[in-house]
Amino acid sequence: MQFTAMILSNAEVSPGYWRMRLTAPQEFASARPGQFVMVRVAGAIDPLLRRPFGIFDVGIHTPAQSGAVAQPYFEMLYRVVGKGTALLATLHETDLLDILGPLGKGFNLGTADEEKLIVGGGVGLAPLYLLARELVQQSTVRLFAGGRTRDDILCITEFERLGVECYTATEDGSLGEQGLVTEALIRRLDALKGRATIYACGPHGMLNAVATIAADRSIPCQVSLEGYMACGVGACLGCVAPGQGHSTETPDFRCVCTDGPVFESGELKWRD
Amino acid sequence: MKPDMSVNLAGIPLRNPVMTASGTFGYGQEFAEYVNLESIGAFVTKGLSLKPRSGNPTPRIVETPGGMLNAIGLQNVGIEAFIAKKVPFLRTVNTPAIANFFGNTVDEYAELARRLDDIPEVAALEVNISCPNVKQGGIVFGTDPDCAATVVKACRAATTKALIVKLSPNVTDVVVMARACEDAGADCLSLINTLTGMAIDLNRRRPVLANITGGFSGPAIKPIALRMVWQVAQAVKVPIIGIGGIMTASDALEFILAGATAIQVGTASFINPGAAQEIAEEMEAWLVANGVADIKSLIGALEV
Ligand SMILES: Cc1cc2nc3c(=O)[nH]c(=O)nc-3n(C[C@H](O)[C@H](O)[C@H](O)COP(=O)(O)OP(=O)(O)OC[C@H]3O[C@@H](n4cnc5c(N)ncnc54)[C@H](O)[C@@H]3O)c2cc1C
Ligand SMILES: Cc1cc2nc3c(=O)[nH]c(=O)nc-3n(C[C@H](O)[C@H](O)[C@H](O)COP(=O)(O)O)c2cc1C
Ligand code: FES
Repeated sequence: MQFTAMILSNAEVSPGYWRMRLTAPQEFASARPGQFVMVRVAGAIDPLLRRPFGIFDVGIHTPAQSGAVAQPYFEMLYRVVGKGTALLATLHETDLLDILGPLGKGFNLGTADEEKLIVGGGVGLAPLYLLARELVQQSTVRLFAGGRTRDDILCITEFERLGVECYTATEDGSLGEQGLVTEALIRRLDALKGRATIYACGPHGMLNAVATIAADRSIPCQVSLEGYMACGVGACLGCVAPGQGHSTETPDFRCVCTDGPVFESGELKWRD
Repeated sequence: MKPDMSVNLAGIPLRNPVMTASGTFGYGQEFAEYVNLESIGAFVTKGLSLKPRSGNPTPRIVETPGGMLNAIGLQNVGIEAFIAKKVPFLRTVNTPAIANFFGNTVDEYAELARRLDDIPEVAALEVNISCPNVKQGGIVFGTDPDCAATVVKACRAATTKALIVKLSPNVTDVVVMARACEDAGADCLSLINTLTGMAIDLNRRRPVLANITGGFSGPAIKPIALRMVWQVAQAVKVPIIGIGGIMTASDALEFILAGATAIQVGTASFINPGAAQEIAEEMEAWLVANGVADIKSLIGALEV
C-alpha cells in the first residue's frame, strides 16, 4: 500500500539514532513483525531512491480529549548514516512522507512452548521490538543486544517493559559485559533445557556468527537481512542475497524484499 | 473536450503513449497493486533469455546524484518459466504486453524471437541489443552496425509481430546504429538503454558495484536521451519510443516533441510505483490546459 504519512514525532533517542512516529491508514495495523517500509525521503530527486526501514512498532493513539478520533500510527528506529537518513532527522511534527508498505515477509512466530531468543546488533533492534511484543504473549523471551558502545544499545527499557529479559554486551564495555553479545547467547543455549528459536537482525558479521551458532546446535534461526534496494517490490532485482546452494556454477539468488527480508538462516549461504 | 491520447506504434494501437521500461516493471504483476495497468499504453517485461539467468553478485545497485547505476546481470526467469508462470497474468490485462529479450549469439536471439512469436499474449517484441556477442570476442551487438543488423535480420525472419529494437547509447554515433537497424527490418526503435557508468568507494578504494561498471539511469540521463531521440528522429522513418530519465508528464511530452511516438518510464517506477499512470494522466491534463486535441499532433513538433 502507498500512502502519505504525517510525522507525529521525531526524536534522537541515542547519539545518531532517531525514532519517528507517523500516521498510518487503518489497514497498516495488520503489519507483521519483520516487515518493512520504503520511505521517499524527499519529494525532489535527491536523494532519488526510497530508503528501506524496519517497522519498529505499530499502534493506535487514542487522544485524551473526548470526540477526537483514534489515530493508527507506526514507528521507525533509524540510524543517521548518509544523506537520506540525515534528511529524515531534520523533519518535524506535521511534515509529510510518502510511504510504501508494509512490505516483505516477516518473522514466523513459531510455537508457544519454546524459549524465544532475540539477538540484535545496533539499529538491528528496529524490527525486533514488534516481534518481542507479539512473542511475549505466549512465550519466554530473552533479548541479546550488542553494539560498539552504550550509545548503540537502543530502547532496552522498552523491551524490559514488555517483560523481556535483556542481556547486553558492548565492545568497549561501556554497557553490559565487554565483548560480543553472541557469547551471552551461547551461555544461554548451553543452559537451555527445552526447545528454542533464535531471531536475529544486525550487521552481517553478527548474523553470520548467530547462524553458525544455531546450525551447530540444530536450533531453528530466522534472520532479517539488508540489501541495496531500489524498488522494494521485487522488480529491480537489486536486493538479492545468495541462497544456500549458491555457487558461481549454480547461482541461486533470493530476493530480499519479497522472499525476505526474514529468512530461515539455513536457507542462505553464509560464507563464499 | 477529452483529447485523443491514442497513438499507433508500428501497427499496435496504444490508448496513450505511456509504456513502462524493461527491467523496471517486473512482469507487470509486481505493480498491479499500485498502477491500474489498463490506464497505460503498454508495458514491457524484464529482459528474457532462453535459459533462466540469475545475474551478478551484489552489490548490484547504487545511487548517484540524480540517478542510479545497476549491474543486475539480466537476471530473469527464462522463456519456459515466462510462458508457464507469467503469461497467464498477461492474459488478464487488456493492455499490450511487450516482451523484451536478449541473447549471447545471433541464433539465441532468433530462437527467442521464434518462441515469443508463438505467444498470443505478447503484442510485440523488444530486442535488447546491448549484450556481448560471445562468438565475436564479447563485442556488444548494439555497438557495431553490422553486428546489430545481423541480429535484427535474424529476429525479423523469425517473427511477424512488431519488432522493436532497443538501442544502446554507448556508441559514437547513434544515428548510424538506428539506420542499420531500420534497414535490417526493425518496425520501431526504442532508445535509450542505460549508459555505462561506474562508482567508487573512496574509503575502501574499491568499486561500489561487484561488477565494477553498471548501467546509469534516472533523471540525470534525460538530456542525453532527448538529444539521441531527436537525432534519430531526423534520420529514420519508423516510429521511436523515447526512454531515459522520464519522471514527469513534461519530461514525456518533451520526448514526443523531439520525435517520439511513445515513451517508456523506467527508474521513476522505483521511486513512485504509480509513476506511469500519473504521467499518463498529467499528460492528458496538459493537453487539455494547452488546447491540444490530439497527442499525435505533438509528435516531432519541435520548432527549431
Ligand atoms: C529491509 C531493510 C530494513 C532496514 N531497516 C532499517 C531500520 O529499521 N533502521 C535503520 O536505521 N536502517 C535500516 N536499514 C538500512 C537503511 O535502509 C540504510 O541505512 C539507509 O537506506 C541509508 O540511507 P542514507 O541515504 O542515509 O545513506 P546513503 O547515503 O545512501 O549511504 C550511506 C551508507 O550506508 C550504506 N547503505 C545505504 N543503503 C544501505 C542499505 N540498504 N543496506 C545497507 N547499507 C546501506 C551505504 O553503503 C553507505 O555506506 C534497512 C535496510 C533494509 C534493506
Ligand atoms: C534495474 C534496471 C534493470 C534493467 N533491465 C533491463 C533489461 O532487462 N532489458 C532492457 O532492455 N533494459 C533494461 N533496463 C534499462 C531500462 O529499460 C531503461 O532503458 C533505462 O533505465 C533508461 O530509462 P530510465 O532513465 O527511465 O530508467 C534496466 C534498467 C534498470 C534501472
Ligand atoms: S528492492 Fe527491487 S527487487 Fe528487491
